Amino acid sequence: MIESPAARPEIFHLPVASSAFGVVLKPLSAWERIANVGAARKLAILVALALIWELYARWLDNPLLVPTFGATVHAFADAIESGELPQKAWTSLKVLLAGYTIGILCAAVLTIVAITTRVGTDLLELLTSMFNPLPAIALLPLALIWFGLGYGSIIFVIIHSVLWAVTLNTHSGFLSVSSTMRMVGRNYGLSGLRYVGSILIPAAFPSILTGLKIGWAFAWRTLIAAELVFGVSSGSGGLGWFIYENKNQLEIPAVFAGLFTVILIGLVVENVVFRTIETRTVRKWGMQH
Amino acid sequence: MTGPLLAVRGVTLQYKTKDHLVTATYRVDFEVFRSDRFILLGPSGCGKSTLLKAVGGYLAPVEGEIRLKGELVVRPGPDRMMVFQEFDQLLPWKTVRENVLFPLLASGKLSGRAAEEKATDAIAKVNLIKFAGSLPHTLSGGMKQRVAIARGLAMEPDILLMDEPFAALDALTRRKMQDELLQLWDDTRFTVLFVTHSIPEAIKIGSRILLLSPHPGQVKAELNSLPRDAAATDPEGLLALEKKIHAMLFADVVEEQEPHHD
Repeated sequence: MIESPAARPEIFHLPVASSAFGVVLKPLSAWERIANVGAARKLAILVALALIWELYARWLDNPLLVPTFGATVHAFADAIESGELPQKAWTSLKVLLAGYTIGILCAAVLTIVAITTRVGTDLLELLTSMFNPLPAIALLPLALIWFGLGYGSIIFVIIHSVLWAVTLNTHSGFLSVSSTMRMVGRNYGLSGLRYVGSILIPAAFPSILTGLKIGWAFAWRTLIAAELVFGVSSGSGGLGWFIYENKNQLEIPAVFAGLFTVILIGLVVENVVFRTIETRTVRKWGMQH
Repeated sequence: MTGPLLAVRGVTLQYKTKDHLVTATYRVDFEVFRSDRFILLGPSGCGKSTLLKAVGGYLAPVEGEIRLKGELVVRPGPDRMMVFQEFDQLLPWKTVRENVLFPLLASGKLSGRAAEEKATDAIAKVNLIKFAGSLPHTLSGGMKQRVAIARGLAMEPDILLMDEPFAALDALTRRKMQDELLQLWDDTRFTVLFVTHSIPEAIKIGSRILLLSPHPGQVKAELNSLPRDAAATDPEGLLALEKKIHAMLFADVVEEQEPHHD
């Protein structure tokens, strides 16, 4: 048998005044605040990695296989000073930006066609499933025949590597925009491009941004790989060509310096450019944390 | 104008799911007059939200017609501003002020200074001036709904369509929002079509209540609600009306429990 609990008196309290608490709001210590900055934490990891590299290279003691971090930095500084590396990097970046921009524009056209018509959707799904798995570099021989030995071919393969990644992400971003938000947009009487521009694109921005990031990384990889295969016109080649050339001359620290530059540019774009866009948009809007 | 503002005549609504064609409402008739607080009340599955979406212009009736001020409703438009239940109806990339401002500008109703003043007025009416520069994700659920209401009212639509706007709020906030909505109505006497599944909410907010039966939705009754101060002056009448409505909805539940073979 279940007994009902004994009757208990009712209890009332007055809240304690906030001045009576020990700590209501206390600033964090300097160390805690530094540890909260993502850049500081990542810098610490980078320093640790560089240290490990240096120690391993010294222990290995074979500069032809793995030059030390110091030697690489030295070669990097030399190449910067001579103006060779900045010029090569700039050449690469120019081609990259051209291909990236055209790729994004193509992706925009393709996705807008895809969300406005059903045939467009089918076309997009078919094309992305066909071409997304195809490595851009595999198209290089064909591109060489079509566009000749020059920037045209490289830009073509970069467009190929950017287009599908951006399209896929943008389209899935559009599809995942909530039906409430769509209804809100149509409630305002928006349609066509105005609807896409003022509702769908900002609402799908987290996915679009992911697509842009992936596209950027793909474009970088494709570019360097393509440049390794042929040096455009050798005198004015890009970073890939710089790496290839130095390998041929057994200037291994310079090879590492070339790779170092590729990594450095990647880090800057990811952590400065994309991070800034992210904090000013999707994070600020509370769409991503 | 003496005729009804909104006339829904013999409206049958159907929508397709992956495997079925669902009839949501069957030959529903009702008329909403200016300054009505018209409630669509019924259990879930009575097609009340679908009906509201049809009035919103998102869904075309397969039979019958919906006319607003004599004009056939064919597509969504800013003359029928919607307030949804979901909190994500505010555009997260716009501040409170921009959210209220945007439909004014996008629909071309107002521009420049006039639009800004209108938006500020509307935000002031829902007591959110302090948060005008805040982004939606920093607001509570109740505040978001108030912004959505401000956005709707700023547009001065012919009719404000509200789809269970308070259903996702906690009970205390919900009561407060109901009171605030009535206060706003006292100010401007806007016409509102309000969907709910809560009987007390229907009686409290509504001036007229349309009762729908489920599967598919059909009009069961169209009742007058009680005066606004009924809770204080006529608690028995309030209770009686609640019971009456409850009995009508309850009858369906009994029917539903009978075995059916289909």
